[in-house]
Amino acid sequence: MFAQLTDWYPVLLSVRVAVIATVVVTCLGLPVSRLLARGEFFGKDVLEAVITLPLVLPPSVVGYGLLILIGKNGLLGKMLAELGVTLIFTWWAAVIASTVVAFPLMYQSAKAAFKSVDINFEKAARTLGASELRIFFTITLPLAWPGILAGLVLTFARALGEFGATLMVAGNIPGQTQTIPLAIYFAVGAGKNEMARTLVAVITVFSFIVIYWVNRWAKKHQN
Amino acid sequence: MKKIFVFLTLMLFVVGAVAGCGGAKEKVELTVSAAASLQDVTGELKEIYEKQHSGVTITYNLASSGALQQQIEQGAPADLFISAGKSQMDALAGKGLIVDSSRKDLLGNELVLVAGKDSALTGFEGLTDASVKRISTGDPDTVPAGQYAKETLTSLKLWDQLQPKMVPAKDVRQVLTYVETGDVEAGLVYRTDAAISKDVKIVAAAPAGSNKPIVYPMAVIKSTKNQKEAEAFAAFLQSDDAVKVFEKYGFKVLK
Repeated sequence: MFAQLTDWYPVLLSVRVAVIATVVVTCLGLPVSRLLARGEFFGKDVLEAVITLPLVLPPSVVGYGLLILIGKNGLLGKMLAELGVTLIFTWWAAVIASTVVAFPLMYQSAKAAFKSVDINFEKAARTLGASELRIFFTITLPLAWPGILAGLVLTFARALGEFGATLMVAGNIPGQTQTIPLAIYFAVGAGKNEMARTLVAVITVFSFIVIYWVNRWAKKHQN
Repeated sequence: MKKIFVFLTLMLFVVGAVAGCGGAKEKVELTVSAAASLQDVTGELKEIYEKQHSGVTITYNLASSGALQQQIEQGAPADLFISAGKSQMDALAGKGLIVDSSRKDLLGNELVLVAGKDSALTGFEGLTDASVKRISTGDPDTVPAGQYAKETLTSLKLWDQLQPKMVPAKDVRQVLTYVETGDVEAGLVYRTDAAISKDVKIVAAAPAGSNKPIVYPMAVIKSTKNQKEAEAFAAFLQSDDAVKVFEKYGFKVLK
């Protein structure tokens, strides 16, 4: 039924890529969602549409777009090449693919969470002389936390399961860029069904544990 | 203005839905699972066939032969299978999933080394050069073009040496994309794939005998509910009309 898992590389790589992508998405996503949750400015609707686009587009479209952008002859790829940096066919490309695809999930969750925070608390803090940074970290963020946590879980899950865009830009190089979803796809194609089932079991159990603990933790801290 | 926009968007959905239902009157829908390298030629064949037989709609499922074989083994609906490799068809035959009498070697193809238009590469021996940083082939375990590539590179005593440069792709068309975008310096694809791309050039053909003969076997799937129609389409693929189209795309038609 199952194969002995001798090569843990795809598992470790998937976790590494998902963790880094989640950190990047959080660091970029929170400020952006906070700004767009309250501010009104010219072109905001267009910007929001652009940010959400990777969620709606097929991952293969995102992957091809990234290939054109960070590929060797891509707009960004050419500039990076002059600095001696190659992203394509490295696991960093997998991180970028996961980040782009998962970003809208964090954005949507965090924006809704920030919007739900009663603005009067922030106003009160401001009249008492608190700095904007202090207001964000001591009032807005703690109050918006449940929604942000949901965003974190969704981001991590999406990054862990990223396939289409990753295959395009990171390639399927065993021992270098082959994540669990890629390893499963190629194991099935090669008729290595036992290996595929093993990896499916590993990623299912892992995802279950993560989501279970996050949910429990959130429940405990809500009260 | 806003109302017009909403109206147009809605119309788009309605038109799409109606178009989807339009063909529902007693048409036979044939699902043909075909190797990814047949993508372009199959489109033209579908047009010709559907014009001749108004009662039949051809639907293609294009993927690597290994993926298609797996789908058929897991019971995916397919009426006809055209594989880019013998081993996938043999696997299905071994499990009794194809109509043995319907199996035919339909096409032949050739493996070539391709590089970007402006590449200085002149042959297989140049692959070991430091200027060639990445080489792509189909994944040897799942993609027939990858199996052939492995055979050729092994017979040229290059396979082991080139391993650090290899990017295994999910099908032969992905190899072509990587070469077109310049993300790999060289790739091994079928001659027919190289012929459809303006951005790559053929550097060399795989030496004769360096890989097993490349044949595309086709067979009717046993679980088909449309055996007669599937066999009729298979016969059409061997007809003069189809041969002309196949040859236009650079395939060798096996008689």
